[in-house]
Amino acid sequence: MNNINEALIPAVCEIVAIRQDTPDVKTFRVLTPDGKKPFIHKPGQCAMLSMPGVGEALFSITSSPTNKEYIEFSIKKCGCVTEWLHAAEVGQQITVRGPYGNGFPVETEFKGKDMLFIAGGIGLAPVRSVINYVRDNRANYGKVDIVYGSRSKDDLVFFEEIINEWKNDPTVNVHLTIDREQEGWDGHVGFVPSYVKELGFDSNKTAVLCGPPIMIKFTLQGLAELGFSNEQVFTTLELRMKCGIGKCGRCNVGSKYVCKDGPVFRMDQLEELPDEY
Amino acid sequence: MRKCLLQNQNKLFDQISSFASLYIPVETTGGNASFKKYEQGMVMSDVLKTDRSPKDLFFPQTENLMEFKTSGKNIEVIDNRKESEDFVVFGVRGCDVKSFEVLDRVFLVEPVDTYYATRREHGIIVSMACGRPAETCFCQTFGIDASAPEGDIVCYKTEDALYLDAKTEKGKNLLSKLADVTEESDGKEALKQKEQIKTVLAKLPLANLKADSFGKDKTKEFFDAPEWQILSKSCLGCGTCTFVCPTCQCYDIKDFKTKDGVQRFRCWDSCMYSEFTKMSAGQPRLTQLERFRQRFMHKLVYYPTNNDGLFSCVGCGRCISKCPISMNIVKVMKALGGIDNE
Repeated sequence: MNNINEALIPAVCEIVAIRQDTPDVKTFRVLTPDGKKPFIHKPGQCAMLSMPGVGEALFSITSSPTNKEYIEFSIKKCGCVTEWLHAAEVGQQITVRGPYGNGFPVETEFKGKDMLFIAGGIGLAPVRSVINYVRDNRANYGKVDIVYGSRSKDDLVFFEEIINEWKNDPTVNVHLTIDREQEGWDGHVGFVPSYVKELGFDSNKTAVLCGPPIMIKFTLQGLAELGFSNEQVFTTLELRMKCGIGKCGRCNVGSKYVCKDGPVFRMDQLEELPDEY
Repeated sequence: MRKCLLQNQNKLFDQISSFASLYIPVETTGGNASFKKYEQGMVMSDVLKTDRSPKDLFFPQTENLMEFKTSGKNIEVIDNRKESEDFVVFGVRGCDVKSFEVLDRVFLVEPVDTYYATRREHGIIVSMACGRPAETCFCQTFGIDASAPEGDIVCYKTEDALYLDAKTEKGKNLLSKLADVTEESDGKEALKQKEQIKTVLAKLPLANLKADSFGKDKTKEFFDAPEWQILSKSCLGCGTCTFVCPTCQCYDIKDFKTKDGVQRFRCWDSCMYSEFTKMSAGQPRLTQLERFRQRFMHKLVYYPTNNDGLFSCVGCGRCISKCPISMNIVKVMKALGGIDNE
C-alpha cells in the first residue's frame, strides 16, 4: 500500500462499515478509496490509523489475512483517536500505514500444534485474527480450544461471530465466561485464569494469551501449574508508539522495540526483557 | 593535503557558500557557540563545543513531515518536500562526526527515514581536529580519536593556516572546487599538530574512563542495580541532556491545525519525560528512576546489543556542562562500572 521508502507517509483509506460490538467497542471495516483491501498482513500485526488533526495510533488488525476482501480493526473507546473513531460515520476517510510488527508464527511454530487461545475483553481483537486464520487453514493445526471471558455478556466482543460461527464449528471448542452472574446468561461465571485451571488443558498445547495485565499474570501462573512451559505460551504487547518502525524510541524495552521486534513475544523471550511493559 | 592561510579563511567560506549552504560554529554569548548558516564576514569560533551538536542539520528539532487537506469525509495527503540542495558543515568535532554513525544505524536501516537520508546524502562534513580538548571530553572512552576525526574532509587549524585533507569522494569533490583559495601542502604542520593533540589527550582527567564493563547483552547485570536509586534521585526530568546529546534521537509526531489544513510534524522528544510512555492503558515507567535508567541503559547496553557493540555515547561531554543538577553519563559509568573506572 504505502511506499516502503516513505514509511511515515500514510495512505488514505475509507471506513466502509461500522459494527457496534459492545457498549465501548466498535469494529471498523476499512478499504482503499477504490474498494480494495489496503494490504496483506500476518495474524497479530498492527497498523497505524489516523485522522489528521486528531492524532495517529497503532491498532491490531483483527481480521484474518485469509479474508481477501477487507481488513478490520476492533477498537475500544479510551482516548483521543479512539473517541474520534467512535463518532465517525461510514464513508469517512482515515489514513492507514503498515502493516507493522512480527505477527504470530502461524506458519512455523504453530504448525501441527494443538492450539489454546485465551483472551479477556478487548484482548480478543488481535487473537481473532489468528483464530480465523487457523480455522481457514484447519488441516495445518491440531485441536483448537478458545477460552474467552469478559466483564459481562454485553462486553463479549464478536459475540455474533462466536455464537454463529465458532460455536457451530465442530473442530473448535469454545469456552465462554463472564465475571459476574447476569440475567439471560446460563454459561460459566468466573474469571478467565480460574476457568482455565478448571478446564485443565493438556500441557502439550501451544497457548496464545491476550488480555488485561492482571489476567495475563494469573493465567500464566495457572498454565505453569498445568505443566505449560514458557516456550509454549505466546502473547502480544501494547506500548505507546509514534513511528511504528523502531525509530522514535517510545516502545523500547530492553534491546527490543515492541513495534518492530514484537508485538508478539513468546514468554521465554519476554522473560529476558526488563519488566517495563 | 591542501592549505588555506587563515587570512584567506573567509575567502574559503565565501567560495563554498557561492555553491552550497555553509554552516560554521559561531560565537553567541559568553563563550558559547552554535552552528549558524554562514553569511559574509562571519567569524568561525574556536569554542570547542557548540551548545548543541550539528545534529539539528540532519535531524532538525522540529520539521514538517506532510500536510493534509480535509473536506467533508475526504482526506488528501500532501508530501510537500522540495528538491534538496548540497550543504557543507564546517568544523565538526570528532565526537560529533561519530554521532552521525550512531544516528545512521537508526534512521538508515530499513525502512529508511527518507527525511534524514536526504540530508545525509546532501550534507558534506568538514571535521575539525581538537587543538585543545577540554577536561569534560571523554571521546577516547568510545575509541574516538580527536586528533584524527572522521568526515568527508578533515581539517587541522594551526596558528596561521587551515590544513584540509579529503577522505571521501564527496570531500575530494568539494576540495577540487576550492583550488583558487587553497594551495598544495606537504601537511607536515598538520601532522605536528596531530602529535601535540595526542599528548594533550593522554593527560585529560577522563582519559582512563573505560566502557568495557558495559555493552552487549548486559541488561541483567545492570537493570536492577541499587545505584540507580541514588543516581536518579535528583533528576528533574528536564530533558536537557537529551536535547544537547548528539546521539539522542527519540521523537514525537504531532498534528497542528493550520488555516487551511493540517501539518503533521515531528519534534525531538525525551525518554526523561513522564508522558513519553504514558498510554490510556497505563504507564510502564512510573517514576523518574525508570526513565533515568532507560536513557543510560539504552546508551550503554540496549543500543550496543543491537549495533555490534557500538555505544550510543560519543563522549562529547555536553551533558557534563549542561545538566542543571550536575548528573551525567560519566557519573553513571563510574557508579555502575566498579573500581576499574576510577
